[in-house]
Amino acid sequence: MSDNLDKKHIFDDPKNVQRLLNGFYAVCALLVVVDFFIHRHISLVWEKIPAFYAIYGFVACVVLVILAKVMRKGVMRGENYYDE
Amino acid sequence: MSELPPFVLFFVAAGLVLATGGVVRKVILLATPVAAAVHIWLNIEMGTLAPFAFLNVELSLLRLDKLSLPFAYLFCLASVIATIFALRVDDTKQEVAGLIYAGSALGAVLAGDLISLFVFWELMAISSVVFIWARGTDRAIDAGLRYLIIQILSGVFLLAGALVHYQATGSLAFEQIGLGTTAGRLIFIAFGIKCAFPFLHTWLTDGYPEATATGTVYLSAFTTKVAVYALARSYAGEGILVYIGITMACFPIFYAVIENDLRKVLAYSLINQVGFMVTGIGIGTALALNGAVAHAFSDVIFKGLLFMAMGSVLFRVGHVNGSNLGGLYKTMPKTTLFCIVGAMSISAFPLFSGFVSKSMVMTALIKEGYSYGWLFMLFASAGVFHHAGIKIPYFAFFAHDSGLRPKEAPVNMLVAMGMAAAICIFIGSQPQYLYALLPMEVDYWPYDTTHVLAQLQLLFFSALAFVWLNKKGLYPPELRSVNLDAEWFYRKVLPASALRGLSVLSNMKEASMLTAMAPIERIRRSISQSSTAQYSLAESWSTGSMVLWIAIILAAYLLLNIVVYGLS
Repeated sequence: MSDNLDKKHIFDDPKNVQRLLNGFYAVCALLVVVDFFIHRHISLVWEKIPAFYAIYGFVACVVLVILAKVMRKGVMRGENYYDE
Repeated sequence: MSELPPFVLFFVAAGLVLATGGVVRKVILLATPVAAAVHIWLNIEMGTLAPFAFLNVELSLLRLDKLSLPFAYLFCLASVIATIFALRVDDTKQEVAGLIYAGSALGAVLAGDLISLFVFWELMAISSVVFIWARGTDRAIDAGLRYLIIQILSGVFLLAGALVHYQATGSLAFEQIGLGTTAGRLIFIAFGIKCAFPFLHTWLTDGYPEATATGTVYLSAFTTKVAVYALARSYAGEGILVYIGITMACFPIFYAVIENDLRKVLAYSLINQVGFMVTGIGIGTALALNGAVAHAFSDVIFKGLLFMAMGSVLFRVGHVNGSNLGGLYKTMPKTTLFCIVGAMSISAFPLFSGFVSKSMVMTALIKEGYSYGWLFMLFASAGVFHHAGIKIPYFAFFAHDSGLRPKEAPVNMLVAMGMAAAICIFIGSQPQYLYALLPMEVDYWPYDTTHVLAQLQLLFFSALAFVWLNKKGLYPPELRSVNLDAEWFYRKVLPASALRGLSVLSNMKEASMLTAMAPIERIRRSISQSSTAQYSLAESWSTGSMVLWIAIILAAYLLLNIVVYGLS
């Protein structure tokens, strides 16, 4: 076990984490850029907004997390709530 | 031979498992679902409906058509994978329960009448609870009991509905029923409970996380999918299902974000995925129904894969609390990889199974004019990626280093996960084979530039939101806690009000006794205070001694009678 603890793993080096993130940001940017060159079939008016799916995905997740945090105030109880 | 219902193989195997042990038993466990699938493939013809008369009622234990076929194969496949995953568990009750449970699920989707369906419905309830009770903790036993009560209740609704239906129509056929009649609505509630409709879903989020490491894999495969099949059979095109499905897809993701027990996160995301199927059934067009069935197929495999990954962690570490995990990729790299495949499949990444099935429901929503419904489902899709796609692998295997260095999962578990992962990628990249199995003839192909680009944008920017929130410290930390859900009503409000009701009743009893006894008490007191009270006969006598004295007086009277008349 001690061997494992001492061994360096790929994400123990912050540089590797940063590399992964940089690659990820690059893909995100690319996906938005591509949106201006590829014509998407449009079925709904909302889809006409440039990079609609990117904006929607980002906003949806931020809203989701913020609402969930607010919800925590209402519904969160101690771990043994039902056993008391 | 060709009309032998496949469930019989499972039930016979369950008997054989009891009689054998060791390697023979393991072979039987593995061979049964394979044999059942081969039997369905080779011996049973499409369109088979084998009716038999029982007490003047026509029943049918075997109906194979284009709707039941994909579920029949799916259940055999799921049973093989779950059995391999649980191969090292030497627990007779779980092994027998696994066979009965899978066999009953197969029996239910192949049943041609409501009474046979009811029998398998209840057998599934009883056999599945074993996986929760087998955990052995107090929490598991309590949760199992609640699970069982709700499951049985669903069966009661089904039986009542079936009888009312028989009374009204003279038929017990398990066909399109619709919501127009009382019977239809009763059966709808029965299906809705097993399908985890909102407010009826708590048995799932309460029970599944308490099951054994291997048991949840079985549980996640069968019960809800049988209910999805039943809804597709009897309520296809009922508009209300669209809205129920959208609610199911949306509300659990909020709970999933704040939940700490990672198997409970998966339980919530199970409801979310079933929401997509229910919506498809509600839309009711050929494309939507195909989407519902296809998504049920993909979901069983990728949700099974995720539950297996978490089951492996539970098996090695002993818990799956996000707050106390992290960094497990270092010693469980293969499990990590399989978990990521499951996560990408549930999130519907192109080339993974969720993409080719979920998109059919999404397209059907647009085609049938549910624009706002589509927006909500898109929100739910982003949310799935957020909690099941990122949160599960991230908090379990990466995040902060928890210092835990568990061993890699055992070989059999890795094999099961590897199989499921391979199927996820196979379905995702070669969807034509899954599509060929679907009930309707539909010309649909998921891979075009628009669709792939749209989905990639949605997913990558959901991930970007996760990265951003995490960097800003806005992401809610994993906390050991209980989050109130609909179960609060029967676990807290009902018991509390019952206790309160009891105490009010006992107070009332006390008060009324006092009121009623007051005059008697007053008389007693006035006697005891009167001047005659000083004599011992004026004291209050116990009933027993009074009876004794009366008996003595009567006996004396009798004796006198005998003496006086008897002598004369």
